[in-house]
Amino acid sequence: MTLVSGWGRFPVVDSDVLRPRSFAAVGEAVAAGTIARGNGRAYGDAAIGTVRTVTMTGFDRVRSFDPATGRIRLEAGVLLADLIETFGPRGFLPFVVPGTRFVSIGGAVAADVHGKNHHCEGGFGRYVDSILLRTGQGEVIEASREQNSDAFFATIGGMGLTGIILEATMRLRTVETGWIRERVICASDLDAAMRALDAGDSATYSVAWIDCVARGKDLGRSLIYLGEHAGKDELTEGAAAFPVGKDSGLGVPVDLPAMTLNRYSIRAFNEMYYRMGARRAGGSRVVSLYPYFFPLDSIADWNRIYGRRGFLQHQCVIPEAGARDVLGEILERVARRGDASFLAVLKKLGQGDGILSFPLPGYTLALDFPVRGDILNFLDEIDRLVVAAGGRLYLAKDARQSRATFAAGYPALQRFNAIRKSLDPAGNIRSKLSQRLFDEV
Amino acid sequence: MMSRKSAIVLGGSSDIGRATARAFAKAGYDVALAGRDVAALEPDAADLRARYNVEVGLHKFDVLNTASFDGFVAGLPALPDVVISIVGLLGVQQNAESDLAHAATIMRSNYEGPSLILGLFAEKCLARGSGTLVGVSSVAGDRGRASNYVYGSAKAGFSAFLSGLRARASHGGVHVVTVKPGFVRTKMTEGMKLIGPLTVEAPVVGDAILAAVGNKTDVVYVSGKWRLVMLIIKTLPEAVFKKLKF
Repeated sequence: MTLVSGWGRFPVVDSDVLRPRSFAAVGEAVAAGTIARGNGRAYGDAAIGTVRTVTMTGFDRVRSFDPATGRIRLEAGVLLADLIETFGPRGFLPFVVPGTRFVSIGGAVAADVHGKNHHCEGGFGRYVDSILLRTGQGEVIEASREQNSDAFFATIGGMGLTGIILEATMRLRTVETGWIRERVICASDLDAAMRALDAGDSATYSVAWIDCVARGKDLGRSLIYLGEHAGKDELTEGAAAFPVGKDSGLGVPVDLPAMTLNRYSIRAFNEMYYRMGARRAGGSRVVSLYPYFFPLDSIADWNRIYGRRGFLQHQCVIPEAGARDVLGEILERVARRGDASFLAVLKKLGQGDGILSFPLPGYTLALDFPVRGDILNFLDEIDRLVVAAGGRLYLAKDARQSRATFAAGYPALQRFNAIRKSLDPAGNIRSKLSQRLFDEV
Repeated sequence: MMSRKSAIVLGGSSDIGRATARAFAKAGYDVALAGRDVAALEPDAADLRARYNVEVGLHKFDVLNTASFDGFVAGLPALPDVVISIVGLLGVQQNAESDLAHAATIMRSNYEGPSLILGLFAEKCLARGSGTLVGVSSVAGDRGRASNYVYGSAKAGFSAFLSGLRARASHGGVHVVTVKPGFVRTKMTEGMKLIGPLTVEAPVVGDAILAAVGNKTDVVYVSGKWRLVMLIIKTLPEAVFKKLKF
């Protein structure tokens, strides 16, 4: 048995960890209570088996690539970082990247991850054409929109619960460069932030960073980052068409003491961040895709900032109608608490593609909280606001929502469970997350 | 168009072998993978072709079948610019202490086979007047330890062979690289207790080998910390060393 946790390091759970080297060995590894795990970037308990956790990062081969169509077939353990580094210089990038490039393809499919372009280009699953899936029953099936389509749409966003994803075929977008033309908009409060995001609907990429400690008339003050792929003619002379993903050398070598993050240090950081961003507002500049898409990746092990007890990310989506009031209420309560951390993110989402996919048309807000004090009760209160507004929480981030919150947010759960049952009648595929939220007790 | 440089990886299915093949293919080399089970190498060949758009060849090679070596080298379509031997077998020390056959297999896999095949390639390269030969040895060969001296002694022999070959071949325009990776997280070390700060991932070894070939480095400790660790271990007096249990 090994102690396993997600990126948030809460909860920490005992599980057998297996690292198969062949697809046949993956099949043999499946027993009652098994889930696949990619690179461990899900925050909570989604990639921890109730009995066994099957690590897939050894499967990191590209099976085929067609430069004429951008179609690529990959083993599930290939990391997005690897894909970007290998195919970026050849003029191809994934259509959708989340906030970290250290996720596996299998994980990105299972969570149907979204990026800063979900409002206009959809989620990761939209660009997946087919999946090779090892079901809990022991079959290896190819699932696509045409073939085994129920299994396909249940696997996109299905948190690994339809079986073990072995391979995926997806489309890459062609790009002229690996640079992004970024425009920063400064929003003085929540209304201005939401207006700026609405106005950015036609931008390929848009995201808002919110100062979640600011209160009163400053509540919801934000920096909105809009982005477009830059063409070769926009680069300064001599710049490489594709930037190198440099490691900043920064890292968090040890768990910081819990007191490092307090309302004063966070306020000071946010004030500085806001002012530095405000100075760039209005103009546009060309930045490397790495800091634009993956701002935190350059700091290794940043999850240690929250100390040994870990942290919780609360990411909800609120349907467009009524979003302003609910988001205002949530931000007000968070600001009053004062210990939500930097990198509170607000962005617009469109319709999700999978049966259990997180996105729905509206606004999503992501907040980090260190695990301490009454945080669980506090988040339960926030959840009540989310549920009342017809919203839901992102399973890839969740570690603590209640069954009731989950059931209210995901009305397609019954359909998902019926498909899951048909693929895995014995119920072998289970994670701590499914056990917590929806497996029959 | 100038023809591309080529590299062959002996032991291509190992984690270090795969990572090394990727590093060379990424740098624009055409790559050949050699191993016992050619069919098992197919997915890795497809991976290299899809990623880097290079030519990838597959060849059957068994390091224990030394009688096949002449035929193996003669059967290659061309003599590669770079020959890299990753092959090796950790084995189980306790078994090797009583099972002579197992001990012999460890010795032959880490010393006899790799030395003979690189020696054979060296002759061809010297005849041509160019080439680089890379042998992946081990820090375990720097001093015999109670816990793995069968493996370590074979690696010591291989390191000595490479050192001598380097001295001789350098006069003929051929360079020899000795690589001592230290702890690497691979199939071979799975389940072993590795010391975190001294442990690297396979791609780090692949990149180090590529760099060593480019820079004409003689001996590479993949993690520089190992040079210091082994310096200390090598200089301990035997009277002290034999009392240490490691």
